[in-house]
Amino acid sequence: MNSEQGIALEYELKGGDFEIAGEASSKIKRVLQQIGVRSDVIRRIAISSYEAEMNVIIHAWSGVLKARVFPDRTEIIVEDQGPGIADIDLAMQEGYSTAPDHIREMGFGAGMGLPNMVRCSDEFAINSVAGQGTRINIVIRHS
Amino acid sequence: MPEYFHSVRLMPDRCKGCVNCIKRCPTEAIRIRAGKAKITEARCIDCGECIRRCANRAKTAVTDSLEDLRSYKYNVALPAPSLYGQFPADVPANVVLCALTRLGFDEVFDVARGAEIVSDATREYLKRTDIKKPAISSACPAVVRLVQVKFPELIDNLIPLEAPVEVTARLVRGTIGKELGLRRREIGIWFITPCPAKMTAFRQPLGTQKSCVTGAIGISQIYGELLKAIATIPRDANCQRATARGVGWALSGGEVAGAEAVNSLVIDEIHNVSEVLEQVALGKINVDFIEALACSGGCIGGPLTVENRFVAEHRMKQRLAKMRAEDEAAGVKPAEYQADSSLTEYDRLSIEPRPIMRLDEDIFKAMYKVEQMENMLKKLPGLDCGSCGSPNCKALAEDIVQGTAVETDCIFKLRERVRDLAEEMVGLAGKLPPSLEEREEKKGE
Repeated sequence: MNSEQGIALEYELKGGDFEIAGEASSKIKRVLQQIGVRSDVIRRIAISSYEAEMNVIIHAWSGVLKARVFPDRTEIIVEDQGPGIADIDLAMQEGYSTAPDHIREMGFGAGMGLPNMVRCSDEFAINSVAGQGTRINIVIRHS
Repeated sequence: MPEYFHSVRLMPDRCKGCVNCIKRCPTEAIRIRAGKAKITEARCIDCGECIRRCANRAKTAVTDSLEDLRSYKYNVALPAPSLYGQFPADVPANVVLCALTRLGFDEVFDVARGAEIVSDATREYLKRTDIKKPAISSACPAVVRLVQVKFPELIDNLIPLEAPVEVTARLVRGTIGKELGLRRREIGIWFITPCPAKMTAFRQPLGTQKSCVTGAIGISQIYGELLKAIATIPRDANCQRATARGVGWALSGGEVAGAEAVNSLVIDEIHNVSEVLEQVALGKINVDFIEALACSGGCIGGPLTVENRFVAEHRMKQRLAKMRAEDEAAGVKPAEYQADSSLTEYDRLSIEPRPIMRLDEDIFKAMYKVEQMENMLKKLPGLDCGSCGSPNCKALAEDIVQGTAVETDCIFKLRERVRDLAEEMVGLAGKLPPSLEEREEKKGE
């Protein structure tokens, strides 16, 4: 490792696989704790990676969650193959959700995923193509 | 790093160096070194899980004893509500309390009284709109320490209220000091405890400058004498017990019931607590109040209790039903929190995080170590057998990177090395000196 490369973490995600939901975010969180990032910053990173991870599991068919941990920041990139988001502005509104009823009954899909990611991150970018998939880039600075 | 006082200790002559305790420790604080368990002080939260797990009874809790009462002019016993669970419900609470005076205490004061006050204060606290939700109870000292070492981001969610025993001790110290004209150091206030973490909490309080409790005596330590004393106490002995609201704190769910918290979550057993707090940290749990207890079943499951926790739970439930009926008939009400008494939010200090995961003070070195650890982990067998003395392969990888273990501590890696060496030796054994060997080039000549 050198400080330019950072620590690269990568996790495969599968749509509908709730059994491993949250594992990728937990592993990222552990690495951040090991390198001694401030706990409130870790919390923001953990929440945004968790929400991103859950979005893939709830909505997409498959995807990958990548984290690059640098001394001064963490970057999270989530790419999925899935239905995409038809109206991103609408999806960014708190409480708006396209999650089916059976997912909502489980306590997921409350329409807070994207707003939470935005709230927790310093930089946030989203690209989506309907019928193909979504890509989210998040940067959270450590100080 | 400051020195930590810990109640949980090892008795080396009894330790066989097995892996039971290292595998169950929720903070991976134990390693086996030179055939004996060794507790890493900075990681220990005094939950007592290792005491419970050790088949050889090599783990113990350092508590005070009845001998220590001699150093004080006036001694007060503060029995934990869980003490009642050690006896059948037909042994009246006042008899249990009075029996303690036969063991050398001048006075007994029911800690459940403090629990009533904390219940009331918690109810008031939860009404506030400026607090972090979910609010997490700070009554269980092992849970508070778990938050400190594993979930520092949740420190602000801990309710800034003293535990019932501290509240009770403060009340007692105030009244007795005045009534008897005794100085602070002349009064011994002793918690009769189901739990080693409380002992640690008195020596090294979190959130408080100095504890009002002198020390702690384990329930199991005085149980025998107490049983004998109970037989000699008349049924109508005059010792005032608290109400069911406070006594109910002995069982998991007692705090929630006492505080009448509606949208709340009750978790017991330290590993369960850890799992749920992980979710709380991710913002997944939308409740107002979390009652979290390190012992299975709540305080009645404490490592220093005597009675089986399920039996104790049954007895407590019977006793509580009886108490409620009695209190209702007599019109007795639980004690309330007096907002001006500063009994609860007295001089609160902030609780400092005690991060145990961090690999190095220097972030660059720490990042390097993370990579080393990942690489090492890939090489290890992943069986988590514990034979190396670390609780699992991940912990061994960490210990290797931190320089406290080596790769061949893993018996499988050692076996691999031995095999490689053996193969090399066999290979070497087949080699002949040039004087005897028929060389290829010679053949060709």
